[in-house]
Amino acid sequence: MKAVPFVAVILVMLIAGPPFLASYWVGLLTQMLIFALLAMSLDVLLGYTGLPSLGHAGFFGVAAYAVAVLSTTYHAGFWTCVMSGILIGTLLSTLLGLLVSHVRDVYFLMITLASGMVLWGLSYRWIPVTGGDNGISGIPRLDAHAGLPFAGPVAFYYVTLLVFVVSASLLALLVSSPFGFTLRGIRENELRMKSLGFNTWLHCWVSYIIAGAFASVSGVVWAYYNGFVSPTYLDLTASSELFLMVTLGGPGTLVGPVIGAGAIVLLKNVISAYTQRWPLILGTFYIITMFGAPQGLWNLGRRRRASS
Amino acid sequence: MKIADRPIADRRCFAPRRSVFVVVLLVAAGNVIVGQRPEALPIKIGFIAPLSGPNAQNGRDILNGFLLYLQEIGSGVDGRRIDVIIEDDEAIPAVGLTKTRKLVERDKVHLMAGALLSSTGYALAPYIDAMRIPMLYPVVSADDLTQRRRSKWIVRTGYSGSQPNHAFGEYAYHTLGLKKVATIALDYAFGWESVGGFQRTFEAEGGLVAQKIWCPVFVHDFAPYLAQIPRDVDAVYALFLGRSALQFMRQYQEFGLKQRVRLIGAGTTTDEHVLPFMGDEALGVVTALHYTAALDTPANRKFVAAYRARYNRVPSYYSESMYTGAKWLVTAVEVVHGNVEDSATLVDALRHVKLTDAPRGPLELDDYGNPIENVYIRRVERVNGQLQNTVIETIPRVSQFWKYNPADYLKQPLYARR
Amino acid sequence: MIYIITQFLNGLFSAALLFLIAGGLTLVFGVMRIVNIAHGSFYMLGVYVAYTVIARTDSLLLGTIAAVLLVAAVGLAVERLFLRRFASRPLPQMMMTMGFALVFRDAAFMIWGGDPFTLPYPALLAGSVETRDIVFPAYRLFVMLVAAVVGLLLWVLNEHTLIGAKLRATVDDPEMAAATGINVALVSGGVFAAGAALAAFGGVMGGPILGGYAGMDLDLLPLAFVVVIIGGMGSLKGALVGSIAVGLIDNFGKALVPELSYFTLFAPMVIVLAIKPTGLYGRG
Repeated sequence: MKAVPFVAVILVMLIAGPPFLASYWVGLLTQMLIFALLAMSLDVLLGYTGLPSLGHAGFFGVAAYAVAVLSTTYHAGFWTCVMSGILIGTLLSTLLGLLVSHVRDVYFLMITLASGMVLWGLSYRWIPVTGGDNGISGIPRLDAHAGLPFAGPVAFYYVTLLVFVVSASLLALLVSSPFGFTLRGIRENELRMKSLGFNTWLHCWVSYIIAGAFASVSGVVWAYYNGFVSPTYLDLTASSELFLMVTLGGPGTLVGPVIGAGAIVLLKNVISAYTQRWPLILGTFYIITMFGAPQGLWNLGRRRRASS
Repeated sequence: MKIADRPIADRRCFAPRRSVFVVVLLVAAGNVIVGQRPEALPIKIGFIAPLSGPNAQNGRDILNGFLLYLQEIGSGVDGRRIDVIIEDDEAIPAVGLTKTRKLVERDKVHLMAGALLSSTGYALAPYIDAMRIPMLYPVVSADDLTQRRRSKWIVRTGYSGSQPNHAFGEYAYHTLGLKKVATIALDYAFGWESVGGFQRTFEAEGGLVAQKIWCPVFVHDFAPYLAQIPRDVDAVYALFLGRSALQFMRQYQEFGLKQRVRLIGAGTTTDEHVLPFMGDEALGVVTALHYTAALDTPANRKFVAAYRARYNRVPSYYSESMYTGAKWLVTAVEVVHGNVEDSATLVDALRHVKLTDAPRGPLELDDYGNPIENVYIRRVERVNGQLQNTVIETIPRVSQFWKYNPADYLKQPLYARR
Repeated sequence: MIYIITQFLNGLFSAALLFLIAGGLTLVFGVMRIVNIAHGSFYMLGVYVAYTVIARTDSLLLGTIAAVLLVAAVGLAVERLFLRRFASRPLPQMMMTMGFALVFRDAAFMIWGGDPFTLPYPALLAGSVETRDIVFPAYRLFVMLVAAVVGLLLWVLNEHTLIGAKLRATVDDPEMAAATGINVALVSGGVFAAGAALAAFGGVMGGPILGGYAGMDLDLLPLAFVVVIIGGMGSLKGALVGSIAVGLIDNFGKALVPELSYFTLFAPMVIVLAIKPTGLYGRG
């Protein structure tokens, strides 16, 4: 619980800051929160259960597509869209989870990569529903669709913050529960957990479903934030970037992915405003970070504090 | 019109050579600033295109054309300097939107230009409309952007995907004398719209598209698709671009098809962004597009020479797109006397520009915001050792609706895969 | 019938190319447990280096040799200077290779620009072999032959030489191998360099047909992974069987049900892994 003061300070800043920021920065901050939530959901798998997923953006994308299709083609109401987005994403992770939960390590990496590619292919080729490569635009604005009394980037930001805080609290409860400790046990030594009588397959499956559910939540917010969806939401690049956010920030913690997501969103947008060589700089940054903090930025700080 | 001696400043530099150029101009500018109206703030133009990743080659061509024109006019408009702020959209629509937000909300640009992919084009439209910022699409060719899903604030100076192909379908039937054709194309909206446009007019004249083969966009090895081409067709119509065009040409010859079945296609298949990297396998291929670097007009000769001199390469249609796009923007800004703050007047001016001396020839917009322009039927030939798209026929003033009545045309669905 | 023979040959050609690229990937994984995301970058660098050298010297042979040696050297440097520190920690290693993939991609863009190109055919192999009804490019047959030779060499090296014995020992149990006096670090460095060289060689072999272009590094990487996964990571035999299976399924799939072009590659992999989580010849 060393993270408490840090989290408190950040939270106060997140609540109090935005009214004083320009709309562009509020937008970036909103993006950071959405990706932070997504990264946290991946971390349940990657960091806590030890299951590296390279297809996690799939759930994010599928939920976003659900919102887009329902709100544009079927003119569904706000809550229908939101609940369907989350449900469809979760249902998908439930089904896919049946297929992948007995796979481990690098094979898990690969089977999720493959399932992610299949989902991407679907978004690309199921044209009557997804609009193919053009995607779907014209998702109604959040304030109009939900009937909010206020509009604009700051209002959207606070809605996102609320979703983020609620989800993060739920995830924090989860990882500090007996269930969460069992997941860590599986990560460290699955055989022992098995011999202790735990059904490790079931735990992995449930962890996969939960990760998919929270990824869907962030996908729903992302769909409203951008107002459109396209296949790039769930392609391999998106999944790898997500993977980087978690490993960079610190897998196996909830603060780490938030830091990772914030750092990558910020770096990409700030560096690319100054140089076209930003991929080079970003790549170098990854390499250097792995050198200095192989367990992620947040864990580096923790180790320092622990040793001093 | 008063032209002040102030330079164009690009905020970011693409090549070292250019950074030198900018610095020199800025130093020179220091002497001229004195005595200018204090209220003459710069006109800010936001530009986005893919400048990294697989589509960077096209993004760079577009940017190069833009910068070349701004360098040529060498100064601002009506006493106002032109500042271009360049951002990389990575060919990802969400990134394009984020960068556009940055340009509009943080950099406070007066107008926007750029974008390459249709998906980015569609993704930006609602935001552009909400922010009431005029935006120019020099390349994005999705038909519906100027048809069933029009935007008030977006002006397209490029072309719609089916536009040159309508003209080409008729030409292929009558002049090339083709009766039965198979098509092979990339399996996405640009492919469907181009093939759909060709098929419509080709079949309306009496021809037959016997088979349509679609290749996924990540295709590398065309062998499984080439084997499906029927042997009894008069020609194969191909739509590819970039590396897929290069690979397709190679493999079409490799499998002995070039000697057996005539190859025709969409303009991108032999556009100058890939043509210099092809060999004899491309000779004789006939395609249609609204531009070719080999177009023999004074305006184009001047453009090609200037482009070659500055970038040491032949301009592609992407390069020309934003050279003409920049000319279009500047003309509109002149019409409103540099008063770019009034975006409603500006977008109105943007819709009523007429260019007579663009490199590609004359162009003006129809009522739906898409250019009416010449379509050139080109044949690949080797001239002085280099491949070029020689014009064999000019079809003047082609509209996106071809010869059809716009209202009737729009009642039909968009060209799809079928 | 002709159609089926042609598609069968096409499938074998895909398999040959895939085997050259996936062979190095599986080797590196087997010995070092590294999921090498930068493998595609080595493939790309090979093509670019060959392109430059061929443009200067007009010699395909020189271009190939230069590409293989230079990329091997780059691979060795990456392994020694960066990956070595994280031996047997797969996640940081994978992250690092992701970082390198990004760096190599952008560096290549900076040095060579984003223009696509193809490598020239060897003059002897530019034509095609024609029987009564079948036309098949000579160069594709040549690539199949080369892949077979490479496969045979790797097999002999692995099964019948001292290096191979050390390699197998390291694959089976690195700690035990170290205890018996095998220089595991040397073996690892050598294998990583060899894997990179093989990727570069595969790139050059495919060069006259697929060429080089921006984004090629990540284009073929998923395919190579599919092969390695279906075959079982770390198994040479698996890579061979996997590439033939993938090559044939992909070609026939695209030809017979073009509607499913986007899925013919990945769906089989999901199914294989769902049934046998370590691939056909992999060990758990």
